[in-house]
Amino acid sequence: MRYLPLSDGDRAAMLARIGVSRIDDLYRDVPASVLLEKPVNLPPAQGEMAVERALSRLSARNMAAGSAPFFVGAGAYKHHVPASVDHLIQRGEFLTSYTPYQPEIAQGTLQYLFEFQSQVAMLTGMEVANASMYDGSTACAEAVLMARRVTKRKKAILSGGLHPQYADVVKTATAFTDDELIINPPAVAGPDDLATLIDGETSCVVVQNPSFFGHVADLRLLAQAAQEKGALLIVVVTEAVSLGAVMSPGEMGADIVVGEGQSIGNGLTFGGPYLGLFATRQKYMRQMPGRLCGETVDVDGRRGYVLTLSTREQHIRREKATSNICTNSGLCSLAFTIHLTLLGEAGLRRLAALNHERACRLAEALSALPGVTVLNDTFFNEFTVRLPRAASDVVEELAARGILGGVPVSRLLPGQAFADLLLVAATETAGDEDQDAFVAALREIL
Amino acid sequence: MTSVSTHFALDHEEALIFDIGDTKRSGVDLPSPAAHKSRLGNAARTAEIGLPGLSEPEAVRHYTRLSRKNYAIDMGVFPLGSCTMKHNPRLNEKMARLPGFADIHPLQPMSTVQGALELMELLAHWLTTLTGMPAVALSPKAGAHGELCGLMAIRAAHEARGDARKVVLVPESAHGTNPATAALCGYEVKSIPANARGRVDVEALKAALSPDVAALMLTNPNTCGLFENEILTIAKAVHDVGAYFYCDGANFNAIVGRVRPGDLGVDAMHINLHKTFSTPHGGGGPGSGPVVLSAALQSFAPLPYVVRDGEQLRLVEQRDAAAQNFGRLSAFHGQMGMFVRALAYMMSHGANGLRRVAEDAVLNANYVLASLKDVMSASFEGPCMHEALFDDRFLKDTGVSTLDFAKAMIDAGYHPMTMYFPLVVHGALLIEPTESESKASLDTFIADLRELALAAKAGDVERFTAAPTRAPRRRLDETQAARKPVLRWEKQA
Amino acid sequence: MSEKIYYTKEHEWVRVEGNIATIGITDFAQSQLGDVVFVELPEAGRDLKAGEAAAVVESVKAASEVFAPVSGKVTQANEALVDSFSLINEAPESDGWFFKLELANTGELGGLMDRAAYDDFLKEHA
Repeated sequence: MRYLPLSDGDRAAMLARIGVSRIDDLYRDVPASVLLEKPVNLPPAQGEMAVERALSRLSARNMAAGSAPFFVGAGAYKHHVPASVDHLIQRGEFLTSYTPYQPEIAQGTLQYLFEFQSQVAMLTGMEVANASMYDGSTACAEAVLMARRVTKRKKAILSGGLHPQYADVVKTATAFTDDELIINPPAVAGPDDLATLIDGETSCVVVQNPSFFGHVADLRLLAQAAQEKGALLIVVVTEAVSLGAVMSPGEMGADIVVGEGQSIGNGLTFGGPYLGLFATRQKYMRQMPGRLCGETVDVDGRRGYVLTLSTREQHIRREKATSNICTNSGLCSLAFTIHLTLLGEAGLRRLAALNHERACRLAEALSALPGVTVLNDTFFNEFTVRLPRAASDVVEELAARGILGGVPVSRLLPGQAFADLLLVAATETAGDEDQDAFVAALREIL
Repeated sequence: MTSVSTHFALDHEEALIFDIGDTKRSGVDLPSPAAHKSRLGNAARTAEIGLPGLSEPEAVRHYTRLSRKNYAIDMGVFPLGSCTMKHNPRLNEKMARLPGFADIHPLQPMSTVQGALELMELLAHWLTTLTGMPAVALSPKAGAHGELCGLMAIRAAHEARGDARKVVLVPESAHGTNPATAALCGYEVKSIPANARGRVDVEALKAALSPDVAALMLTNPNTCGLFENEILTIAKAVHDVGAYFYCDGANFNAIVGRVRPGDLGVDAMHINLHKTFSTPHGGGGPGSGPVVLSAALQSFAPLPYVVRDGEQLRLVEQRDAAAQNFGRLSAFHGQMGMFVRALAYMMSHGANGLRRVAEDAVLNANYVLASLKDVMSASFEGPCMHEALFDDRFLKDTGVSTLDFAKAMIDAGYHPMTMYFPLVVHGALLIEPTESESKASLDTFIADLRELALAAKAGDVERFTAAPTRAPRRRLDETQAARKPVLRWEKQA
Repeated sequence: MSEKIYYTKEHEWVRVEGNIATIGITDFAQSQLGDVVFVELPEAGRDLKAGEAAAVVESVKAASEVFAPVSGKVTQANEALVDSFSLINEAPESDGWFFKLELANTGELGGLMDRAAYDDFLKEHA
């Protein structure tokens, strides 16, 4: 067995040192009735070649995004990731290290986390950010719980432009608390009016920007309305690249910003692992969930980094912790920070502009198709179109032609009202040729 | 015998990206966007972000230099108890990067991802077979998220019967995530003491059980590295009052292939794929925490799940009126990248190899325990399972603390073991060698630790209190970090 | 007016002058906690019941609640602590006080220990 270094001779010598005659003597605390004598009914060990063959066969049965004109988004986006990113995150010193609980020998991880936190704070326009959460949806739920701690109020208002699965996750997280959730109806045609819903009991208003349907909004007035009533504005960003082109949530007056960081540095991977971004104001720092890395000095006065403010966390506060989260998305945040460092300000701004231009071109071409309406006045790199037929059927027919043509809204919001709506995303990977093939196929199908 | 040299010519200092980069530089070449009319409305960004950029060679050097300031399993023994730092096979990495897994979108048509769904089905089959449980929820993103999943299923099951129970019992040796999770589900947490043998005090547990108890959360093997030998009695007592038995599966690696939790009466258990099934820890995640469920809880599993309609596989993503599931734990379908890695590991070992994984892990831990117990103080009588627990009695009156001892291990070339956990013994030192260590590497490790223990007793205090001296940084001022938190870089005015 | 100092099993002290009680943690408590890195103090005007959690004190590795040893309305919190947490380590039983309250029921003081009783308690439990 290639992963197990002990030989039978080693095992015998070690048992002798321990003073037992066989391995089962070490399992003597296990009730005899439940100690398995034989291997369970699963296949035996396989060599590397056999495993590779079997898994490659399964992989080949999936249509990879890179093999097709691709326009799928709705919370996960295909972007080009430079080759050096994946190379660097596979260095064993990153890949096979642990949470940096021994800072003297984990400065590599800690320094990149400090850089990551700084980048996320800048990008969102906020004062502080944490070292990442599981993903955007769980970060969103944690933000709602945090707003409750900060305001000591229990009513959260969710915009109808929030990703439906994010809303579901918030629902789950508050299912067994006495929080009250107000979920606005889907805001298909444009940003919904939330300001009038806020009252003195409201803990937070949760708005996605760009919204699930692609609309981009200036949230400054909403921020003001929330502030006047003592509620927090939580802004959700599921497409991190948009922050290169859209005014930052911090500038708009957000109190907490959560996001899905997958777009930068990380592949689609069928939905995970991704990374949640979490940023807020300095004054709420101690109410944040998750790990935080901070700067300090060592005994020789040299700059260094440590995990800090740990008393918020489960391993110290136990049932009084701000969250039960233990793991963050270390390696995904490394990919994020490397990609963002490669881009830099100039690269990110250009990437965002390119995405916007790609989507503008596609929106124009699609709206020229008979029976197709683009519903958005504003968008970044994704928008909603109304088709003359059920979008789920159209998407299947496109797939049969080798085109991955977007997400039928009905997959996330079942019901007749949304059956003809299709979410279409165009990133820098959607070249003219791919767009033209998509438009031509759609013209034939409809 | 010691495992380090004293050559540090390869240790570079490295500044922050903010010190070395600037906003004009970039390591990515992108075409200029064609002329277009902005559709951003009045929300276009005008302010500078201030993000520094680096060219590719600079970026590669920056992160390579940073990487060299980290200790990792690839370098040496990483005996971090409770965390299971086993070897991460590179085949797993290669498989997870196959385009049919790495480059598929969670919402592309299900007809185009049949291989991915089959992989999830296959992983579920391995996990349910190994645990002897009928069902598994794959979507939890880490161990603590799995705990949340299990407890929510438990709460949903009670509520479906109109049974509003309020209390969750948690042994005092438990991971901090257990009480934190129970609190998140709205439960009151009651702590159960350990007995003198490091196990749950069954009498105290029985006394605490009542019709108001929703569940017991128990780690088995427990955090002292011991198998709860009265587990069957415990499970029965829990079920007798109508409560469920949640098992924290963090230590499943000690029994995989030898004991099926389903046979122990477990109702729900999360499995940390990054522990038992070798997916990389990656400096703190991503994890993955599928939860196996008993027949009693199966129908309360969260969305989504995979079902088979003849030849076709399908994800159930929406709640139908009749379903009892408690909803959704995260967007999309779980940590696919981790599923591929874990399955590659399982297939590589097979049923016979996984058994051997557990046995070798237990053998290695007992070998360490047997080889150190005359110079360090073992907390409990052996045998242990996959980790050996010591406390600080052997350091009494030496002037050396558990922390000092751990830091001196760094100078000897090791990552320290887990310190001060579990809380049930004083100054805990928890050593988990895993099955990945050879006898030769364990022999060196043991010799080095014996030498350290003897040095502490001999009064060589300075060596410990000053340690580490041969690391990229010496001890860091955590008090300053917490008193005046600096959580981000700021431009100097 | 004479002042009197009482102690609790939670290692807090209460100095009473007239109907005003000043509350802090004992030298033993601060030594167990280590370097204090954060405190959260009650707002003036808050009504506290005896035994209620009133403040939080944190070191790098631990967080403890400070309970109101007696009932009353908070009149003042020690704002000096916020700029200098180290006061709690350096002068726990004087400048490092946490908050003052107006006693609601002086009878509750009878349930607390005097210095001699607290010293015996320490010998027994520390």
